[in-house]
Parts: sequence; C-alpha cells; structure tokens
Amino acid sequence: MLTFEPYGNPTYFALLGVALLPLMIGLLYGKRSRLYETLVSIFFLVLTFGGSKWTQGVALIIYILYEVVLTWGYAVYRRNHNSGPLFYLMVILAIAPLTIVKVTPAVENGQASLIGFLGVSYLTFRAVQTMMETRDGTLKNYNIMTFLQFMLFFPTISSGPIDRYRRFEADYRSVPDRDKYLGMLQKGIRYLFVGFMYKFILAYYFGTILMPKLQLMAMHSRGGFLDISWPLIGYMYCYSADLFFDFAGYSLFAVGTSYIMGIATPMNFNQPWRSPNIKDFWNRWHITLSFWFRDFIYMRLVFWFMKHRVFKKPTTTANVTYIINMLIMGFWHGVTWYYITYGLFHGVALVINDTWLRYKKKHRQSVPHNKFTQIFAIFLTANLVCFSFLIFSGILDKIWFLK
Amino acid sequence: MDIKATVLDILNDLTGNDVSGAMDDNLFDSGIMDSMASVQLLLSLQSELGVNVPVSEFERSEWDTPNKIIAKVESLA
Repeated sequence: MLTFEPYGNPTYFALLGVALLPLMIGLLYGKRSRLYETLVSIFFLVLTFGGSKWTQGVALIIYILYEVVLTWGYAVYRRNHNSGPLFYLMVILAIAPLTIVKVTPAVENGQASLIGFLGVSYLTFRAVQTMMETRDGTLKNYNIMTFLQFMLFFPTISSGPIDRYRRFEADYRSVPDRDKYLGMLQKGIRYLFVGFMYKFILAYYFGTILMPKLQLMAMHSRGGFLDISWPLIGYMYCYSADLFFDFAGYSLFAVGTSYIMGIATPMNFNQPWRSPNIKDFWNRWHITLSFWFRDFIYMRLVFWFMKHRVFKKPTTTANVTYIINMLIMGFWHGVTWYYITYGLFHGVALVINDTWLRYKKKHRQSVPHNKFTQIFAIFLTANLVCFSFLIFSGILDKIWFLK
Repeated sequence: MDIKATVLDILNDLTGNDVSGAMDDNLFDSGIMDSMASVQLLLSLQSELGVNVPVSEFERSEWDTPNKIIAKVESLA
C-alpha cells in the first residue's frame, strides 16, 4: 500500500485537490458536511500512517485513546473539584508518552521509541493546552468528538501549526459566509503556491543541492581554530535558509489546506528575518510553538514565581524563567548536547536582550536610534539566529567528535 | 476608586509610562508591555481589584490597549 509524507510529492497534492473539491463546493453553498470531512481526514491519516508505517498508525491510535481518557476524565472531574496535585499529575501523565519518545534515543543509542509517531509532539501540545484551559475554567464545554477533530485535523497533524482548542472549535462549528470563504480560498491557494516555491525550489536548492557539498567541504577543512572554516560559515547560512524555507513552506501548505477547509489555522512565520531583536524574533519564528511556550510555560511559571514571591526582583523572575523556558524548548527538540545548548543560547540571548531594552528605555536620550542602528539591529539579530541554527544543526557534533 | 483610574494606576506603575494620553495605542507593539508585564498586571488586578483572571483568559489581542484592558476588567469585575 502507498504511504506518503504529508505534502511530500505531487501525488499527495493531486489527491488533496480531488478530496477537497466537494468540500469547497459545500462551503461555497454554506454547508459543512462533518461526515465527509471526517472521511477525508481518515483517508489522509491512513495515507500518512498506514502501509509500511502501520506501527506508527497503531501507536497513534493508542496515543489518542490515552489522551482522550486523560482530558475527558479531567474535564469531568474539574466540574466539581479542583485539586492542584491532581492537575499536575494529569499534566505529567499527558506528557509522559512524549517524554519517553524524546528520551529513548538518548539512552538506547539512537534507537527510536516504539510508541513514537510523526507528530507526537504537536499532539501533546494540543492535549496539554486543553487540560490547562480546563483547569483555568476557560474551557468549560469539553467535547470528545471536538477534541478528536482538533487533535486529528489532518492538515496540521504532523508538524503544526499548533492551534488552540477554543479557536479551532469556533471555526469548526461554524460555516464562513460566501464572501469570507472566497477570501479564505484565495489566501489558501496563494499560500499553497508560495509554499511550492519555498519547499520544492528554495529548500530543495539549499538543503538538497548546496548543503551536502558544504558539509563535505567543512569536514575536509577541519584543523584550524575550533575547526572553523569558510565552508562551515557557508554551511551555517545555507542550513538556516534551508530550515526556514523547508518549515515555512510546510507551514504554508498546512495553513493553506486549513483555509480551503474553512478553518483559519494560525500562521507560523511572519517575516522572521527582519526582527530587530531576539525577543521580536520569537514573535515571528515558529509562532505557534513560541506562543505555546509563552502562554503555557513562561507566563504560568512567572505567575507562580511571583505569587509565591520566590525571587525578590521581577527582573530576576523574568530572567530565570527565560532560561527555564528555552531550556525546556531545547530538551523538547531532543536530548542531545547541541539542542540543549541551542535552548540555553536563546535563553541567555533573551536575558541580555531584555537587559538592553531596559537600559535603552532608561537612557532614551543618549542611545541613538536611526536608520543605521535599525539596519544594524536586524543584521545582528539575523546573524545571531543563524549562529544558533549552526549549533542546532548538529554539524558541530560531527566536525568536533566524528573521527 | 473606580476601575478605570485603578487600571491606569497599575499600568503606570508597571510600565513607568503615563499611558492615559494614548488609550488606544498597542502596548505590546510599542514594547511598553511584554509577557512579564502581563503577568504582573494580572496579579495586580487580583490584589487591588479582586478580579481573578486566569492566564489562559489572557488572549493578548483582547488586552493590547489601555482601553481594551479597562473594558475587559469591567466585564470581569
């Protein structure tokens, strides 16, 4: 049987077009057929997780049942009770499968965990968020079918963007009027075509053509100070370009497909290379992930630290939480020294950035602000980011430790 | 003390800026507020007005100008 990587090849897009056509006609006439949408979803899930990847499919089904039991059970419990320890236990249980998947390769010599499948991280983010909003009382009418649709929404299942339960539900339960839907359709199709350019032309050029050559050259040019060489610097920019075009391209496919289905999945990238500082960069790069971390880790930790007066100064609270937040993000990428260093790098960068912004605010008169400083800020930020991606890429692991 | 004055007081304390002259300016775009300041705002609302706002109620786009914050607090008080 055929299996496809989502948005991986022309056949996938052809099938997508055929499957979405009836849905588009329905939406244009103000109708949403839940049955048809569900069948389309199942069809594409089988394409992704069936055939030779059937073990992943089984892992997905078991995982989903597990998360349904947890979130549904907690929602029922939360109607009349609100114990802190039980909530923490439920969150730990909800992230347990992801933790196992992420830790297994580090302790089993790179062996992937049996319970893993494509997209397990992104589903965990959605489940944990559902649980946290249930605790807060902002999500009151948890519904198993909606939760399943939200988790298994096929356009975004493998790598996001990470939507929010309540936002998804509002879109899913309603039908956009014709004008609005035509606007969405237009945007959706444009996103798909920009995605083609990003993923199949630019990412292909940088990632498949250029990057292996630069990597080979960098490996041959070892021996200097820290084994740094011109090809390695070339690799840094090439890898960064590939990472951006590959992931932004995928995200455009996911958002474009969602729009065509009448669901306004949030955007993942917003011109990240023009950020004037690292803080702003995280408002523009992999937005749904960094906002998830902001809303469900950073703000909650800060809230907790401040409420229990753990640190005297608010700036200390902010700084400590930046480091914790970005370290968790690093660990989430995988338990390797380079992912964790990458997280730490961004944590420290955010602390320095915040200190600088406070200094600038206090000394508004003496700090120059003009076109030149703005261009310099953008240049500096972009280069710092590329350097962090060099760490992230793992090539330093090969250059330094591969014999 | 009414809600509007209290909220403005809290915002002034928090940001070191007098925001009463720019009630519809986006506090996040201009860098006056960030996530840290948001949490401080929520805690101050709790201690000074007794308004309980869970973190997940804080949808940034609904809290990004002084006027929106006041309207939000009035609706929750």
